Amino acid sequence: MATNDTEIERFSYDVVVIGAGGSGLRAAIEARARGKKTAIISKSLFGKAHTVMAEGGAAAAMGNVNSKDNWMVHFRDTMRGGKFLNNPRMAELHAKEAPDRVWELEAWGALFDRTKDGKISQRNFGGHEYPRLAHVGDRTGLEMIRTLQQRIVALQQADSYEFGDPDAMIRVFAETTVTRLLKDGDKIAGAFGYVRDTGKFILFEAPTVILATGGIGRTFKVTSNSWEYSGDGHALALLAGASLMNMEFVQFHPTGMVWPVSVKGILVTESVRGDGGVLKNSEGKRFMFDYVPDVFRAQYAETEEEADRWYTDPDNNRRPPELLPRDEVARSINAEVKAGRGTPHGGIYLDIASRRPAEYILSRLPSMHHQFLELADVDITKEAMEIGPTCHYVMGGVEVDPDTAASSVPGLFAAGEVSGGMHGSNRLGGNSLSDLLVFGKRAGDGASDYLDALGETKPVIAQADLDAAVAEALEPFSREVGESPYEVHAELQQTMNDLVGIIRREQEVKDALAALEKFKERAKALAVPGERAYNPGWHYAQDLRNMLLVGECVAMAALEREESRGGHTREDHPDMEPEWRKVNLILTLDGDTIEMVHQPIPVIREDLLDLFDISELKKYMTKEELAGHHEAAALEEGH
Amino acid sequence: MAYLAKLRVWRGDAGSGALTDYKVEVNEGEVVLDVLHRLQATQASDLALRWNCKAGKCGSCSMEINGMPRLGCMTRMSTFTEEETLTITPMRTFPVIRDLVTDVSFNYAKAREIPSFTPDPSIKPGEFRMQQEDVNRSQEFRKCIECFLCQNTCHAIRDHEDNEQSFSGPRFLMRVAELEMHPADEADRRNIAQDDFGLGLCNITKCCTEVCPEHIKITDNAIIPLKERVAGRRFDPLVWLGSKISRRPEPAGTPAVPGKR
Repeated sequence: MATNDTEIERFSYDVVVIGAGGSGLRAAIEARARGKKTAIISKSLFGKAHTVMAEGGAAAAMGNVNSKDNWMVHFRDTMRGGKFLNNPRMAELHAKEAPDRVWELEAWGALFDRTKDGKISQRNFGGHEYPRLAHVGDRTGLEMIRTLQQRIVALQQADSYEFGDPDAMIRVFAETTVTRLLKDGDKIAGAFGYVRDTGKFILFEAPTVILATGGIGRTFKVTSNSWEYSGDGHALALLAGASLMNMEFVQFHPTGMVWPVSVKGILVTESVRGDGGVLKNSEGKRFMFDYVPDVFRAQYAETEEEADRWYTDPDNNRRPPELLPRDEVARSINAEVKAGRGTPHGGIYLDIASRRPAEYILSRLPSMHHQFLELADVDITKEAMEIGPTCHYVMGGVEVDPDTAASSVPGLFAAGEVSGGMHGSNRLGGNSLSDLLVFGKRAGDGASDYLDALGETKPVIAQADLDAAVAEALEPFSREVGESPYEVHAELQQTMNDLVGIIRREQEVKDALAALEKFKERAKALAVPGERAYNPGWHYAQDLRNMLLVGECVAMAALEREESRGGHTREDHPDMEPEWRKVNLILTLDGDTIEMVHQPIPVIREDLLDLFDISELKKYMTKEELAGHHEAAALEEGH
Repeated sequence: MAYLAKLRVWRGDAGSGALTDYKVEVNEGEVVLDVLHRLQATQASDLALRWNCKAGKCGSCSMEINGMPRLGCMTRMSTFTEEETLTITPMRTFPVIRDLVTDVSFNYAKAREIPSFTPDPSIKPGEFRMQQEDVNRSQEFRKCIECFLCQNTCHAIRDHEDNEQSFSGPRFLMRVAELEMHPADEADRRNIAQDDFGLGLCNITKCCTEVCPEHIKITDNAIIPLKERVAGRRFDPLVWLGSKISRRPEPAGTPAVPGKR
């Protein structure tokens, strides 16, 4: 087709879900169950979404391995992990509903690893007090995406019998990218994009859109994320008038591969540590004992002996410090390498070979064994791995209502990594897969309720908006010679990595913002040779707009928050500040300008506050905030 | 350590195409996908190829490298000599969309024909009890990343277009086996495995097993046991006698789901 062809294929749906990972598929299943005609839009083939790469498991307090576990313990762990910046209602809903969502997967055919009495097995993970992660070896994400994919197929089969058409009520639009959300007044009216295979434009007229697009990792150079993670949902939300929150909080997973260079950043699951692996520096020292922060001192072992006993006797020993939340471990690794105690390739050692028998490693970590053997010539049953931090997850995202996943734009919902609030300043491992399920379902319900309330009134898409979306998408074809999207993207990744990475400094973040201005200018002059059909250069050009917007949000918020907390570390403001705990940074788009405001965080309900010992809370909160706690009087008297 | 590799990459679309020669830099430790990405970034920005995880977990970057069905992300450049010319072509069995990207919709259509997981409806979520030794077999098959390299290589599809209707291919025969061996599944897919999904067309040459990047023993652990189950039902003399003596007609098994063939 000609590069300037403006023809648009039109579809009409009740619910359009953008993203076909865990949260998108779970949302679609729920919307379909509520009788809504649902479209699932996937940038990749069906079943390839980023969820597939999740390794460790889904955290749910089922209590199968340790019966002391329950939602309250899970809630506490989640809030601690997020350094009390989490939206408490989201953390509560998540902890309460995760077991049901996991059990539901089993009823849809998932085959989790088992306990001796035939229940779903649960494994240890960083920051979780009890073994809590439902898992399948180290390929839990694959099991989850396949189960949800096969559940969608099962629903389509039912529709095949009922309507004679498997696509009648739920249809997957694979390899399709949305570039703009369209509105009628303040309400969502549809989504516009293109089909990658053909390059043809496509329009979905729909009163509700659920964003389930995942994260932003592709904005950084060293990342565990795939090309899909270009912050599409974050950018679409901003462009549609919704607000983002907490964008300064980016999780660097402590253990990514560091060598060979071509695999730098690929994830090494936290299960290696959950199953007995330890971190050592070039001197052979288990250095994590030197890095336990005060707020976690009481819960972590002080000697190697105690830490090692914990694996078999968790009731009478404290946890190994290798299982601190991810932000702590990543910073510690960074500090060791900086102090000159790193490995030859600039990482540190992750050793399970000397601590567990080969047979155990092969049964618990088969895909890690495979990955290191094939890509790095390392046999993890015989040698230590070299690892270092890698950009893995963004805690920030679309500001949503906890119960319905609704954004501030009527008809626009968000679930999973693209939404914000649930994980506060740092996400615990295992809390993502469960987050996808819990809030995916809630988004499907939220959109259905919205539709029911909307009744027969259908929002209408203005032709002018559609014309503008077409023009924007075709713009990179308009010049023969110009900037290469690959080059601008590579420089953006390097800048974010170097200047807004794991450790941040005021001047460097300012430099990054200045560089971003130049990238934005260059991105206005892109040229992409070739045709419309399956042209990656053109696709890249579309994604670049989103990555630049998201990069700017991250840098702006990182400059503003003058403290260190979770996934945001400021070398020039190294401490956690109780006053900053009360603040969410909210970002919106006004024309071409990103606006940022301080917004007070939601108050933690008293019954939830009472789940914590007041001596722990006072490490995070001011005295006024603790007034509602049942032990507040004791605090007042100075006990 | 870096050198210039000689690549011959198939460029074209459904209408026509040809092998195109390139020279691309290669660095230590790189895989074929890295080199194709460099080709895209520096010489051929519109080179169409699929990829996602770059870690052998998603099964997107399936292609043929020197005629061998492989994942680009799991094929180290060090397995070839620096002088060797690498010929990179799309999967041959599926229609080309552009360059290295093929139309794999055949597989998604086949997936829809297999009756889904069918548990005892009286078991509530959370009440399933299964032993690890009973789930091991199906878990092996659920390691499948749906790269479709087995489908691409199976000669019953690759060399016989006429089998497209009647043969589901190794990936989906394995899916039938997975459900048949699932301890909580109650449907009986043995008849349709033979009659609708073409189990008999497999003559166990094990090509699928050879190309599986997940090292699943597709033939030995899925297809042969499935054949035995079907044979047990159809040809076991005692079963045959039982069906003759019994007044009850033999149940026909679960039917295939009507699809869009």
